[in-house]
Amino acid sequence: MKKLRKKVYMTAGYNTVSLGTGRKEFHPKKPRPGLEEYIKEAGEGTLKQIGGGKNVDESVIGNFMAARFNKQANLPGFIPMIDKELEWKPATSVEGACGSGGLALTSGIRFVLAETADVVLTIGVEVQNTVKAIYGADILAGAGWYKERKQGHAYFFPGQFSNRAGAYFEKYGREKARKGFARWYKNAIENARLCPTAQEYHNNLDDLIAVGLSEPNPKAFTDHLNFFDCSKVSDGASSIAIVSEEGLGKIDIPKREAIEVIGWAQVERDITKQPTDLTELETIKKAANEAMQSAGITVDQLSTVETHDCFTIAGILAVEALGLAKPGEGADFVAAGHTARDGEIPFNTTGGLIGWGHPTGATGVHQAVTIWEQFTGKAGDAQININPDKPYGMTINMGGDDVTVVAIVFKRGE
Amino acid sequence: MNYEDRLENVTVLGAAGKMGSGILLLTAVEMADLSLQPENKSKVFVLNAMDVSNPGLAGLKDYLQVQIRKVAEKKTVLLRKLYEDREDLIENGEIIDQYVFDVIKLVRPVTKLEVAYDSTLIFEAISENPELKIKLLSKINENNPNSPWFFTNTSSVPINKLNKEAKLDGRIIGFHFYNPPAVQRLVELIAADNTHQDLIDFAHTYAKKLRKKIVPSNDFAGFIGNGHFMRDALHGISEVETLTKDMSFSEAVYMINKVSQDYLIRPMGIFQLVDYVGVDVCQYIMQVMNPYLTDENLHSPLLDQMIELNVKGGQYSNGSQKDGFLKYEKGRVVAVFDTEKKGYVPISDFKEKCDAKLGALPESFSPWKQVNFDRNKTNILNKYFDELKTMETPGTELAKKYLIRSNEIGLKLVSDKVANSTDDVNTVMLTGFYHAYGPINDYQK
Repeated sequence: MKKLRKKVYMTAGYNTVSLGTGRKEFHPKKPRPGLEEYIKEAGEGTLKQIGGGKNVDESVIGNFMAARFNKQANLPGFIPMIDKELEWKPATSVEGACGSGGLALTSGIRFVLAETADVVLTIGVEVQNTVKAIYGADILAGAGWYKERKQGHAYFFPGQFSNRAGAYFEKYGREKARKGFARWYKNAIENARLCPTAQEYHNNLDDLIAVGLSEPNPKAFTDHLNFFDCSKVSDGASSIAIVSEEGLGKIDIPKREAIEVIGWAQVERDITKQPTDLTELETIKKAANEAMQSAGITVDQLSTVETHDCFTIAGILAVEALGLAKPGEGADFVAAGHTARDGEIPFNTTGGLIGWGHPTGATGVHQAVTIWEQFTGKAGDAQININPDKPYGMTINMGGDDVTVVAIVFKRGE
Repeated sequence: MNYEDRLENVTVLGAAGKMGSGILLLTAVEMADLSLQPENKSKVFVLNAMDVSNPGLAGLKDYLQVQIRKVAEKKTVLLRKLYEDREDLIENGEIIDQYVFDVIKLVRPVTKLEVAYDSTLIFEAISENPELKIKLLSKINENNPNSPWFFTNTSSVPINKLNKEAKLDGRIIGFHFYNPPAVQRLVELIAADNTHQDLIDFAHTYAKKLRKKIVPSNDFAGFIGNGHFMRDALHGISEVETLTKDMSFSEAVYMINKVSQDYLIRPMGIFQLVDYVGVDVCQYIMQVMNPYLTDENLHSPLLDQMIELNVKGGQYSNGSQKDGFLKYEKGRVVAVFDTEKKGYVPISDFKEKCDAKLGALPESFSPWKQVNFDRNKTNILNKYFDELKTMETPGTELAKKYLIRSNEIGLKLVSDKVANSTDDVNTVMLTGFYHAYGPINDYQK
């Protein structure tokens, strides 16, 4: 990708609670906030920090399947509901399955680069607890190729990644892989306990490794993954402002309170084809490398990574895709604690998809918000130390089975 | 006749009742699963839901639809395999809908007994009336050319009596589900002296496929479950009678109900359980059991009095609780019946006073809901009962007496040879009554 012709920043992030099982306030039979409440809360959260809707030139909203979860399309129509000042201004909805949030970010970046906007309100949202998980699985299967649905597992995506886990077991050994999965789960929960909006914030299980090592039950679920290997069903929204240098001036936010987009990549794999190698996330690998290349950095300059761990195996494979461990050694790398918050390179410091939650269309935006919080010292109890020698952070957001991937490299504004 | 053939034509008698509808549901699901196997596709499976109540049968379909959907949602992984060749069914939702339809398709609600004349298996779940049971079973047996097998869900009538008086020649077995059958895992299995071995084997296979746990009971009226429950209830009633010397009837019922629920860490107090089963049903079961008992009198004038006053408990067809000893609002106990006032007295009138009289619960107390599903259940219970033993408040004294009596009842079921072992007694109370611990334990020592 060509060098960015203009500086692009992100600031004023906001996350709603990721609501679903595990949160004390969640009750499947009681009324809950709907799509519009989430959009409004997240949008207002950002607008309050940037002087309101009057400072926004354009908006973009990432969402995967409101059309089925909530019987609602035409989401740009909800933007003016957030703030009257957004009425009569442009708004766009983008979709790329669980990578929709990432696409919202790259859209916002493009609006700024195209110089059609200095301040872009960027929101991601998904409200999925409207149906039971077994029916939600049908809806989420839309992230795969519809012609593969019939042959797929009842829980389609857990089934896809269970196949990846199975291939990994066979090639590199089951026991060590499961140990890596369990450690990934433990890290996710421990990080989530430090973040009040996280779905697993209230999780108080004792022996997380033992829980993570629970044997999969193929009769009720998948062959190679247990429930703890999976992100949960979540309702939530995240929001962030994407701004130019001029835009920062307009909203009166100093560069130090923002993160700068240093490089990024958006990569697609053909959805009608099987992955070449189930033990590799090829698209993530390409996207991450391209993003680092465009940023002009190497992996050892990253302080932290927010990666798309919809399943533990996806976390392990991302570690390998980034080149932090050789193929087959990602599980050992994770099991050794290198991705824990006190490890070599902390991953998913507010819990990631397994710990913080996975409101599918919001996840990409949530990742950027976490990086913004960490680099501007706003992460509260979840704050990690950013090593000045490693001033970069990265987000990796994936839609489908390694199909639509967005990777972005950030550093603190200066 | 193999397992599938035996289940090709089945009749459930009393199918709209509380137990019958659950038995019907489980059997319908099992039959549908068989019918979906490729080798059975040419067979026609028929499940007659026979009941005399037309409104009951109408409600049955609603019940089935809701329950089958729940069953289907839990086993969608398997259903996707069963419907592999149906290219039109792609999503879980489509497969689940089809399965609900395929199960309901087997069920034929009818009010006429004659449908049972074609069946090879008859499930009897009518009221606990020995004469009526005998009458229906013999009528079917006389008119059915298939030498059908009879499963009876009786909880109190001896199987040998039904076998002999309906002239069934050993083609009967007691297959006693617990309420609600769709949820409770326990089945008490009671063979008559000459029940055919292949029938017993079939019963075991059928139970296994329904994922039920079988506890064999010997053929004594009431078997293990009611053998314990009825005597346990009579103990509660006699404690109430003692307490009424010093307090009102409602207060006494409230206190014993509280002791038997909270102090004993049980899912329900004893009077709530009597209401749940039905005051009239309890009276009836005692009447059925009593003639077979030589060394005790299983009878309660209080139950007779309640029924005379038309206070019967039991459940509405939607499963909600009718008022009995206690009055319920949205499932919560709000008042207690008073035999003198012939009406309900709100709990708020005496709760504080009665709780103070009972004294504090042991500090380590947690309610059944928390204890029963805890991985450290045994430790929690040990600690709790150790503490309870050291206390001498009226509440803990009543609880200790209750534990001792419950233990005695359990041991008597073994010495009377109703149960084959103390383990079997405990299993029945743990799985059929959802107790957190069996009646035969060391807690009362």
